[in-house]
Amino acid sequence: MRAFDYIEIRVPAKPQYVGVIRLTVSGLASRVGFSYDQIEDLKIAVSEAVTNVVQHAYDSYDDGEIVIGNALYDHKIEVMVSDYGNSFNFEEIKSQIGPYQEDENVELLREGGLGLYLMETLMDEVRVNNNEGGVTVFMTKYVTREQVKDDDETITTLSNIQR
Amino acid sequence: MDVNIQFRKEGNLLIGFIEGEIDTFTAPTLREELEKIHLSTEISVELDLSKVSYIDSTGLGVFVAFYKRATKENANLKLVNLSSRLTRLFEITGLSELMDIEEGGISHASI
Repeated sequence: MRAFDYIEIRVPAKPQYVGVIRLTVSGLASRVGFSYDQIEDLKIAVSEAVTNVVQHAYDSYDDGEIVIGNALYDHKIEVMVSDYGNSFNFEEIKSQIGPYQEDENVELLREGGLGLYLMETLMDEVRVNNNEGGVTVFMTKYVTREQVKDDDETITTLSNIQR
Repeated sequence: MDVNIQFRKEGNLLIGFIEGEIDTFTAPTLREELEKIHLSTEISVELDLSKVSYIDSTGLGVFVAFYKRATKENANLKLVNLSSRLTRLFEITGLSELMDIEEGGISHASI
């Protein structure tokens, strides 16, 4: 038996569906047991990733699709956002994604605005993989059992994890 | 999932009450509404964000663009009644250092 439940969502790469994805992932996260603030963080991070695809899709092709793969564990959620037209093998793609590196593609994302910065700040782990013309963003967030009262402290903790 | 803005003018102060979610879908609507505002040195603009339930980088970009125009026209711009969530987002992106923002709790409806 797998250690997680896997839920895949597929929507056209259009702006009106970003909010739908946000609400869906929010619902999934509440099943994992995240706090209100953590769910709000997750909603922003996922929206940023999906928005990147929507904006990219609008530049190049009209009938693109976004696939959002969600793996729900006991105490964490893994969210993969991909602009592949086809469903992907979650574990296979996950195994292909190496440590985050400051390569050209990421630079392109960064130039797009604050999107990737927010993903990195609001999630515990973010990886970006680029192959065969498709971009996959892979993000992880852990349930923190103890509520951190000071927001600044939360951010420090996250950046420590990234290092 | 929509965004709304209502304006109220009180002398040289223009207050805009923004309500809803600001993301890549709704941002163009808000951007258009803000672009309609006539800015000048005599005008002060306050945008009340107490009813903004969600914002991401696309939404922040709308406020950055408006802030740039306000600065260019020498108009006074302030974002008021931000929730703690919104305040945090402005802080982690560094925008709170740049723009005049005020966390919620103070009712501007009675001004």
